[in-house]
Amino acid sequence: MKKIKKKIVVKNKQGLHARPAALFVQIANKFDANITVRKGSLSANGKSIMGILMLEIGPGSEILIEAEGEDAERAIIALERIILEEEPQLIK
Amino acid sequence: MGEEIIKEEKILKGIPASPGIAMGQAFLMEMEEPTVPRRQISDEDLPNEIARLEDALIQTRKEILEIQKKIAEEMSYEHAEIFNAHLLLLEDKMFLEEVISRLRKEKFIVEYILVDVIKKYIKVFSKMDDEYLRDRISDIDDVGKRILRHLIGQQRQDLSKLKEKVIVVAYNLSPSDTALMHKENVLGFVTDIGGRTSHTAIMAKSLEIPAVVGLEKVSRLVKKGDYLIVNGNDGSVIINPREETIKKYQEELLKFEEFIHRLEGLKELPAETLDGYRVKIAANIESPQEIPSVIAHGAFGIGLYRTEYFYMNRKDLPSEEEQFEAYRRVAIQMAPHPVTIRTLDLGGDKFISQLDIPYEINPFMGWRAIRFCLARPDIFKAQLSAILRASVEGKLRLMYPLISGIEELKQANRILEEVKEELRQKNIRFDEDIEVGAMIEVPSAAVTSDILAKEVDFFSIGTNDLIQYALAVDRVNEKIAYLYEPAHPAVLRIIKNIIDSAHEAGIWVGMCGEMAGEVLFTPLLLGMGLDEFSVSAVNIPEVKQVIRSITITQAKEITRQCLSFSTSEEILEFLRLKLKEIVPEIIV
Repeated sequence: MKKIKKKIVVKNKQGLHARPAALFVQIANKFDANITVRKGSLSANGKSIMGILMLEIGPGSEILIEAEGEDAERAIIALERIILEEEPQLIK
Repeated sequence: MGEEIIKEEKILKGIPASPGIAMGQAFLMEMEEPTVPRRQISDEDLPNEIARLEDALIQTRKEILEIQKKIAEEMSYEHAEIFNAHLLLLEDKMFLEEVISRLRKEKFIVEYILVDVIKKYIKVFSKMDDEYLRDRISDIDDVGKRILRHLIGQQRQDLSKLKEKVIVVAYNLSPSDTALMHKENVLGFVTDIGGRTSHTAIMAKSLEIPAVVGLEKVSRLVKKGDYLIVNGNDGSVIINPREETIKKYQEELLKFEEFIHRLEGLKELPAETLDGYRVKIAANIESPQEIPSVIAHGAFGIGLYRTEYFYMNRKDLPSEEEQFEAYRRVAIQMAPHPVTIRTLDLGGDKFISQLDIPYEINPFMGWRAIRFCLARPDIFKAQLSAILRASVEGKLRLMYPLISGIEELKQANRILEEVKEELRQKNIRFDEDIEVGAMIEVPSAAVTSDILAKEVDFFSIGTNDLIQYALAVDRVNEKIAYLYEPAHPAVLRIIKNIIDSAHEAGIWVGMCGEMAGEVLFTPLLLGMGLDEFSVSAVNIPEVKQVIRSITITQAKEITRQCLSFSTSEEILEFLRLKLKEIVPEIIV
């Protein structure tokens, strides 16, 4: 099983709150890989909106994303983009 | 002998969530917490409890989707989008796993576990430093209560069914409670919890219902039959006000209403300066549902009909027929006034899932709008054909977004000609003289507007994008928000240049960005020679009022002076001063 880790500084102006968080979770759920987000000593399931919000990832926070599974690589690329974009949006 | 109970005036301070003043009788929402017994269950009950939870989740999901649909139709997509977070929460893995694993371990009825888990989340969120995250408490609370209500089969008081005009007092109002309110019977509302950025506050603002939130204990202090004054401007709430206080507020309310009334009186009047120079005021719309409001506010037509609406919130692409029906309806409803349809403007900050547009690092400069349409002629042609076919029913115009140079414009026009020819072949009628315009929102188009003017019948200046591209300021990045300045001398020169080259070529120019609706800029834009102001329906009366209070000579002089300043600060200061002179009662 592939396991990939990536350290990212959150540049999004809202941090990973609200809409960006929702988007992050929606995208994460599209992949089979297990996704974990770590901030400091805390960690959360990357497919859970509550988990992500509870990490309080403000702008400038440094987080570590881990993806484990066949599509881990693609998952990391997609998730990183959301974090690096200023105002990502996905309308259902 | 009857004893008169003298109620004491009490003033509370909260967070102003939606402006305006409301006075009236209090209507207390039932205390929401239904008591949930802490009842043990046996192992055999477990499957049934889980099934009940699943059922409640499905019901809740259905309910939220319905509310979302209603809001999308009656308000806007941005408001409806709020409920996406609610839906996500409903299927949240962490939340559901926690409820189910505790259910198995502790063996209490599912209601009890659910309430306890929600309570825990609320506690965690209430300790967060970030105001925005703290305000999410009401979203979590909303979803939790909804699930609980379905579990125990209880109905929520429906605020859309109130009989009298009241002020709603509640511990908390969910965004969905708020969305269902009607201005006719909810004068205002006050709540114990909530913040400025809560979704309830956002909803209240767009419904134009005065509201104060975060009052901490208002729902406990107010008794049935109390009289309340809600001041959504400064965040104060007065319980059982004294005679003098009521009088003072009544006077203030009257003054405010008079001003609004005067603006309403403008509805039938043209946008004409004191010396008889006329311009047109049109409205920007997102969906046909907004037309009654557009007409009520006295718009001359639609200057921007955003068609992205069709492509969102769905899995497939809209058919030509579906678009034709909508365009036709709008054309008929607005006739004889013109409706300017902007062809698909996707990308930037508007994405849809069914097209599988790849993520881009720099979407505002990426594959979007006309660039996307030219690459997907199938989608583009279906829209053009729908617009053309509908054009016989009223007066339609069409315009292309994000044109950056003459080649693109010619290419788009070539495709339009192809569609026209196909229709002619099939003997389908359309308006042969339909006006075609280009949105000018890319600096390269602005600079070459004299060249572009030869290929179109009109321009529409899209200031939101034009400003961000001209100043190299991402308009959604808060850190550089201070640099996003419509009054930047560069922006003014660019706009002036666009208007001048259009007029030289003998075509007219409109503006459909936010700037057109800001009254501060009305004299300046008027003086530059802008022919059509396309603004949100609510801004129409104010813009008209300014135009009707000035002469074109005065406006031209204001423009001349503004163009001579070297900083936006001077320009803004000067415009504020002038506006105060022209319309003293306006608040900017």
